[in-house]
Amino acid sequence: MTTGYTAFLLLCVFIRLHFQVQKILRERFCHQKLPEKPEGVEAQHKHLLELLKRTAIHGESNSVLIVGPRGAGKTMVSLHSGLKMGLCVEMPEKKMNCIEVCLLQTDDRIALKEITRQLHLENAVGDKVFGSFAENLAFLLEALKKGDRSSSRPVLFVLDEFDLFAHHKNQTLLYNLFDVSQSAQAPVAVVGLTCRLDVLELLEKRVKSRFSHRQIHLLSSLTFSQYLERVRAQLSLPGSFPDSKFAQDWNGGIETLCEDKSVEEVLQRHFNSSTDFRSIQMLLMLCLSRVSVAKPTIKPADLLEASRLCLSDAKANMLHGLSILELCLIIAMKHLNDVYEGEPFNLQMVHNEFKKFLHRKSNSMYNFDQPVIMKAFEHLQQLELIRPVDGSSAKTQREYQLMRLMLDHSQIMEALQKYPQCPTDVKQWAMSAFG
Amino acid sequence: MTTVLQHPAYEEERLQRVAEQLPCRELQAGMLLSLMGEPQHYSYPSIFIYGHRASGKSHVMHVLLKELELPHATVSCVECISVTLLFEQVLLSFFGCDAASLLPRSPSLSDFVRVYRQQCSHSPAKETRYIVMEKAELLRDTDANLLPALLRLQELVEDNVTVILLSEIVWDKFRPNTGCFEPLVLNFPDYSKGELQQILSQDRHPSYSAEFYSSYINILLGVFYSVCRDLRELRHLAALNFSKFCEPLAEGKVKETDTHKLWRNIEPHLKRAMQTVYLREVSSLQWEQMQQMEEKETGALRGLSAHTHVELPYYSKFLLIAAYLASYNPARTDKRFFLKHHGKIRKTKFLKKNEKTSNHLLGPKPFALDRLLAIFYSVVDSRIAPTASIFSQISSLVTLQLLTQVSHDDQLDAPKYKCAVSMDFICAISRTVNFDIVKYLYDFL
Ligand SMILES: Nc1ncnc2c1ncn2[C@@H]1O[C@H](COP(=O)(O)OP(=O)(O)OP(=O)(O)O)[C@@H](O)[C@H]1O
Ligand SMILES: Nc1ncnc2c1ncn2[C@@H]1O[C@H](COP(=O)(O)OP(=O)(O)OP(=O)(O)O)[C@@H](O)[C@H]1O
Ligand SMILES: [Mg+2]
Ligand SMILES: [Mg+2]
Repeated sequence: MTTGYTAFLLLCVFIRLHFQVQKILRERFCHQKLPEKPEGVEAQHKHLLELLKRTAIHGESNSVLIVGPRGAGKTMVSLHSGLKMGLCVEMPEKKMNCIEVCLLQTDDRIALKEITRQLHLENAVGDKVFGSFAENLAFLLEALKKGDRSSSRPVLFVLDEFDLFAHHKNQTLLYNLFDVSQSAQAPVAVVGLTCRLDVLELLEKRVKSRFSHRQIHLLSSLTFSQYLERVRAQLSLPGSFPDSKFAQDWNGGIETLCEDKSVEEVLQRHFNSSTDFRSIQMLLMLCLSRVSVAKPTIKPADLLEASRLCLSDAKANMLHGLSILELCLIIAMKHLNDVYEGEPFNLQMVHNEFKKFLHRKSNSMYNFDQPVIMKAFEHLQQLELIRPVDGSSAKTQREYQLMRLMLDHSQIMEALQKYPQCPTDVKQWAMSAFG
Repeated sequence: MTTVLQHPAYEEERLQRVAEQLPCRELQAGMLLSLMGEPQHYSYPSIFIYGHRASGKSHVMHVLLKELELPHATVSCVECISVTLLFEQVLLSFFGCDAASLLPRSPSLSDFVRVYRQQCSHSPAKETRYIVMEKAELLRDTDANLLPALLRLQELVEDNVTVILLSEIVWDKFRPNTGCFEPLVLNFPDYSKGELQQILSQDRHPSYSAEFYSSYINILLGVFYSVCRDLRELRHLAALNFSKFCEPLAEGKVKETDTHKLWRNIEPHLKRAMQTVYLREVSSLQWEQMQQMEEKETGALRGLSAHTHVELPYYSKFLLIAAYLASYNPARTDKRFFLKHHGKIRKTKFLKKNEKTSNHLLGPKPFALDRLLAIFYSVVDSRIAPTASIFSQISSLVTLQLLTQVSHDDQLDAPKYKCAVSMDFICAISRTVNFDIVKYLYDFL
């Protein structure tokens, strides 16, 4: 009786701990919880901190771009630095106002409204009318200075998806922010985040000349063993986990997992296509979702399955669900592509090609009327597997509209192999060198 | 039932109920459940589900969210012709009417996120909130930043929210040039022939045995499977042709078990149906009349039966209803009638000067195609028809003179239509599809 009860209690504890594991790891993979330390980008982080400190402490204005691919940690680095500025610089009274604008602010007018709001200056602005954008911005910065001590701090502007602001009319916001950062109006730091390496080329000359040309790159040149280490670290439980014995076991399990040969192979494949944190997190989230109290550890098979999901070819999946008629039309298009070297085709040509195939066959199982074929053709177009050639106007009759096939040879052949109960003659037709 | 769904966060009966409603989709439902995880935890910021039409994407999401009582907003990108409607619907579903009214006129993305954040600071999510976007491919045609913003909405609003996008187009065709937050991509595979057989057989007619109906479905699939795998269309075809299948039985010519004879009777009929009803080139009425003509010619004369009333394909009926509503309701009131969670709005609010005259006296007004479709998709609800066939159905309604096309010489690309049927007629049509049209007519509010 008592042993049964103990077992029950142990199970309860175990369930609770698992709940914690899911909570912590999901916060990491799904919620982009800030890591304790910006691992692997210490130099870049330090560089940014130095710049911001100069603004915060010495009132020096600055501008800088952080450039790196998606999911590489641009937001993470900027948040880490911004937060640090807010909380624990040498002199706590030297805090900064942190303003963030991003892809939500689709034009500069909206952006300025957002900046006003984030500076809590809506009341100060009231319904004043400004002659220009610059005037408005100057008013905001001036209002900050006049205010109480806490709001007269330097301002840190973070522009996420910086390249989008370069597409705004006249690049007004960029021009004005950079202009302020060059004049002695008020201490500001402008930090742009972007994944475009060519971003400077988007800037107008007058904007570009006001930018400091400082760039911090987050382009990691990772070795595979560093990558493996990243994966391990992402899956590991922190030292702060409530039950250290449990955490040790879990981390041990992760260690073993990462040493597995098949796991290493899978990870190598992912490493070859992307090394950023986010793609790792997506893969690991799929693994984590396969963990439950009934199956409490990540097994190599889970990683294999997760990887299969990540890498599966979407178009092949869609081809699998086409009707046999639609598949035949695709094959006919493939033959047309082979014969005419990728020139666009129309439905009549495709139908004709299909008829040639039917003539060679004795049974008439696939004899469909033109309208049925038209409907199949339209379905392929709706799925965007074929696409009308630009400029071929909607005025031409549907059966003569020029189209292109959006699939390549290997995708079609692979789909044929996987197609359920594909008739042999259709397969042979697909493989024959000419229609 | 092969696999029963399992999840520690929900009671077993509940999961059982879910599983029963999702035959042949247990794997996908299980996968989604485990990705969603415990309600209190975070789930992945965005999930993209793709698969062929009628592969159960909307159905699975709907059943899961409904049965497990998870907070969610479902937005159909066809219905939401403007982003304003989209924003309103999300705010309404999560925070109630008042929240939606905080949006300024023609709100920007920035306004939406600001209101969302403000609301969720009052009522932060205790459980993951889900936003389901149906027909997400249409998001590509709106404001360029909308899709990227939705994909990382969790980061932008700092709430426990997950956006689920449903589409029949693959994810690669969505990705913007400069990339975006990549969603988790899941595939709903097409139903195999066996699975279609299993799902369709569930609709069996109460006065016939399950085996009998199942053998009917088997024959139907034999004819249509090579051209059509769309569950929705197959279901429609099955319903339309079943009485014909039963005819020899009613006449006492064959027994239920005599599958071969039944097959011989129905097969040519189905083959003809493929050329006509499947393509929606003629209405079911014309189809049935054609059938009768043939029977006359072969001497098999039948007495005048229930065929005197007009019989239209299922979706054509809804199209006609939508057209009627579009013709007789002022466009301003569409939101009141067709947005799912509209607040209580009294008629007086809409009343303008000189508008006391009933539209039923003035006659139908012309409407644009967009509006027709928006209303159509909202009245037809979850039973959505494929868009391609809708256009052919509209033209067949025009051919039948139930709709008339109003030509505008200066606007060649945007044809307008009027509904040309009487109130009695539309009421009769509505009754056959259990749609209470009077409730949706502004004049009878
Ligand atoms: N050095 C790091 N150590 C640990 N985790 C990191 C590190 N860098 C980034 N991450 C994590 O990787 C994820 C993606 O990072 P982040 O959101 O900063 O990318 P990003 O460069 O801003 O991407 P995007 O261009 O899409 O905005 C986050 O969950 C972040 O916490
Ligand atoms: N597994 C199933 N069991 C029972 N009914 C199903 C099943 N799958 C789909 N259905 C029914 O088929 C119809 C179409 O399904 P659903 O609307 O979910 O398709 P969809 O994948 O969302 O298609 P679309 O891409 O056109 O939106 C619905 O009426 C739904 O109830
Ligand atoms: Mg970012
Ligand atoms: Mg759907």
